[in-house]
Amino acid sequence: MGGSTLLKETGPREVFCGLTSIVWLHRRMPDAFFLVVGSRTCAHLIQSAAGVMIFAEPRFGTAILEERDLAGLADAHEELDRVVKNLLKRRPEIRTLFLVGSCPSEVIKIDLSRAAERLNAQFQGQVRVLNYSGSGIETTFTQGEDGALKALVPLLPASKSEQLLLVGTLANPVEDRLKTIFNRLGLQNVESFPPRESTQLPSIGPGTKVLLAQPYLTDTARELKNRGAEILTAPFPLGIEGSKLWIEAAANAFNIDKTLVNATLEPLIIRARKALKPYVEKLSGKKLFLLPESQLEIPLARFLNNECGMELIEVGIPYLNREMMKPELELLPQNTRIVEGQHVEKQLDRVRANHPDLVVCGMGLANPLEAEGISTKWSIEMVFSPIHGIDQASDLAELFARPLHRQNLLSNKTLETV
Amino acid sequence: MELTLWTYEGPPHIGAMRIASSMKGLHYVLHAPQGDTYADLLFTMIERRGTRPPVTYTTFQARDLGGDTAELVKGHITEAVERFRPEALLVGESCTAELIQDQPGSLAKGMGLKIPIISLELPAYSKKENWGAAETFYQLIRGLLKEKAEDSSENTKLSWQEEGRRPRVNLLGPSLLGFRCRDDVLEIQKILGELGIDINVIAPLGASPNDLMRLPKADANVCLYPEIAESTCLWLERSFKTPFTKIVPIGVKATQDFLEELHRILGMEISSSIKKGDQSKLPWYSKSVDSNYLTGKRVFIFGDGTHVIAAARIAKEELGFEVVGMGTYSREMARKVRAEAKDLGLEALITNDYLEVEESIKECAPELVLGTQMERHSAKRLGIPCAVISTPMHVQDVPARYSPQMGWEGANVIFDDWVHPLMMGLEEHLIGMFRHDFEFTDGHQSHLGHLGGHKSTPEESFKETTQISNNQSPSENSINWTTEGESELAKIPFFVRGKVRRNTEKYARQSGCREINGETLLDAKAHFGA
Repeated sequence: MGGSTLLKETGPREVFCGLTSIVWLHRRMPDAFFLVVGSRTCAHLIQSAAGVMIFAEPRFGTAILEERDLAGLADAHEELDRVVKNLLKRRPEIRTLFLVGSCPSEVIKIDLSRAAERLNAQFQGQVRVLNYSGSGIETTFTQGEDGALKALVPLLPASKSEQLLLVGTLANPVEDRLKTIFNRLGLQNVESFPPRESTQLPSIGPGTKVLLAQPYLTDTARELKNRGAEILTAPFPLGIEGSKLWIEAAANAFNIDKTLVNATLEPLIIRARKALKPYVEKLSGKKLFLLPESQLEIPLARFLNNECGMELIEVGIPYLNREMMKPELELLPQNTRIVEGQHVEKQLDRVRANHPDLVVCGMGLANPLEAEGISTKWSIEMVFSPIHGIDQASDLAELFARPLHRQNLLSNKTLETV
Repeated sequence: MELTLWTYEGPPHIGAMRIASSMKGLHYVLHAPQGDTYADLLFTMIERRGTRPPVTYTTFQARDLGGDTAELVKGHITEAVERFRPEALLVGESCTAELIQDQPGSLAKGMGLKIPIISLELPAYSKKENWGAAETFYQLIRGLLKEKAEDSSENTKLSWQEEGRRPRVNLLGPSLLGFRCRDDVLEIQKILGELGIDINVIAPLGASPNDLMRLPKADANVCLYPEIAESTCLWLERSFKTPFTKIVPIGVKATQDFLEELHRILGMEISSSIKKGDQSKLPWYSKSVDSNYLTGKRVFIFGDGTHVIAAARIAKEELGFEVVGMGTYSREMARKVRAEAKDLGLEALITNDYLEVEESIKECAPELVLGTQMERHSAKRLGIPCAVISTPMHVQDVPARYSPQMGWEGANVIFDDWVHPLMMGLEEHLIGMFRHDFEFTDGHQSHLGHLGGHKSTPEESFKETTQISNNQSPSENSINWTTEGESELAKIPFFVRGKVRRNTEKYARQSGCREINGETLLDAKAHFGA
């Protein structure tokens, strides 16, 4: 397993909880609704994280627990039924309703799977009710997507036909582009999960080979395997190298002729390298520090080091799944310092001691670091931006080059006073 | 259980964070799971602060439950005190920690730390953000000053005159994530300074626990934001006999009244210049001929209690608007807001449900909405201009420029902020005159484009007004507009069209008329004198 230095740290953390995944999942599946069963804090969290204000009635909400709900659990279940009924009356277009567990609902042990069963029986035909946990005592940021997809797996129809399944939420244009490339390789049967409509679920079975598009889908992958699918081993499709290996993993699994693969990918790679070049000039030799948040940190570090020439000071990750990350770790340089978990104060001490040129971090930390003269990039942008695939490599690099470019634009002119 | 898609206030521990983050030398250990750290971005992104809130989260996880979460709390307290060396420590819990009943406050008190420990109990399942802020501020001050209060009988208060010094007051209530608080403080400080009144302590904004120890040295307390400071002011009055002001200086008249009240409390003569009311441009701008178009503009007001009460008074007395609806999400201020509304012949809307507020706006069909960022969205959907007057905060509500709401300059800012979303007088007349010219499309709006772009065609703004009137009288669909009546109605400027339609239909119903043509419209106009 590579030559990385794997360390563990515990202490106060500064990471979003799994509830936050709702803010991209609800956009991916517009016919789904995410009902958090939680506290006022949960409601405030997703409202604040979802760009602070929303312009239309959102496809997520919170059933806020109140004092009387805490008194007795039977009461809480009746209350939940009432809230769901009201919601469905107001929003009859909802096809899939996710009941999302939170810290308080888990601590007081509201059985949401039972609630989902009960509501399913009640609303049969109109809406499907599922449940998963996005609680901060169980999950971090992107793990919420893992929970939501895992909850959907039992509903996938069985099929034995040969097919490729891309798993993990991608931006629609990126997904279309990746499918086009697989089609060029002769793979016509390419599905994606989650689907763009919550009811258009792909099938699954022994003929299905799964490529994970996102690195945080551990539980989903396990469930898909239990349904007979084969999980392909590959790095993740970030950057030219990662995307190439990822596509090749599928090509190998389907025994596609290597010359066809090379002929298809080579022009894309040449073009992508050309597009990447100006950013490499900006990023090369710059010191990078990644704080834990999205689980994308290792693939990002690999891309920014191997293809953009950045020097890795530390790669922080919320948790390490060694099996899933094996192909990525093998591509990292010797002695890359990988820190699992977090003690945010100690980690920030290390940031300051190392004077990085760029820090990848959560939203709460960015401005304080900027105020200390350290350029930052929000981790959350990586889950909202189309960054996957060979064609996107330069766009991905640009996200990191922009703060440095901006610093150059401003430092000598307008910000003399700071 | 309450179904919420959007909420005006956060949980009470966010209120506590507002107090902690507003101050210096104070640290807050919050027993909370990792997701609760999102709260930091309220300060670092919305307020665009360059420092992290002084909060240490214990970040407990599921595997810690049933184990020793109490040890975890103690560990974090020790580390936080060593690292940040605060003058005083707040210890509290978020909603999840409240359920596991570790009582971090008692744990902290048992640790033998050499700094004051203020233990916060903020019931997360029944209270909200502003309450949490007020309670934290109160507990903090009470915790620090309790001993002083007990022997305060010995501190027979000498008045500023006897001591031969200028009178001094505390400014209480301004906090981070409070609407334009930073600038309000500067404005009030400036006004009081010019009147010969010194500031003793400003809190919580910018104060340290040591500063709070000096609070009793003031001759009076200025309660700038009752949501945050009223309970503290009451306690200081009880414990140290320090009187406090009840009037919030937002608007020209309220500023005058506030200064009179403060002078009275301090036993000072008020300068005659204050009574002239020429310190602000608002009175003259409001009187100037261009403001004629403001006459009787129908406004709807919703927000926190303090700003809503102030806005209603300014709207009615200083701008000549007609307040057609008002309400608040601040339940603690419900009584006061109800009373103000009653004075205006209205029933206040007290609610936490933004959809209910939107419905109420629709029903009132105002020409201007004064609300929160959520009402800005609702008003945009309805094609009504809107100015934001209250929290919850949005990054737009933290402007780079000096932009107070209080005092004379605050009144100037309010005039601009409220009036700019409307069309200016001359502009409105010219558009009325030239609207048949091809350069103009019906429904032409102010350059600020409050229709949000997508509803700018005349048909659509027409539909909008139609819809509003239909919603008002769903049972009265028996009244029909003839084609001629509709085309006459279309000639009326869009901004009064809704009102004319409503009045005409009302007139038609009253006179038993089933069909509305051009004549009916003119009859109704004559009848209502509109």
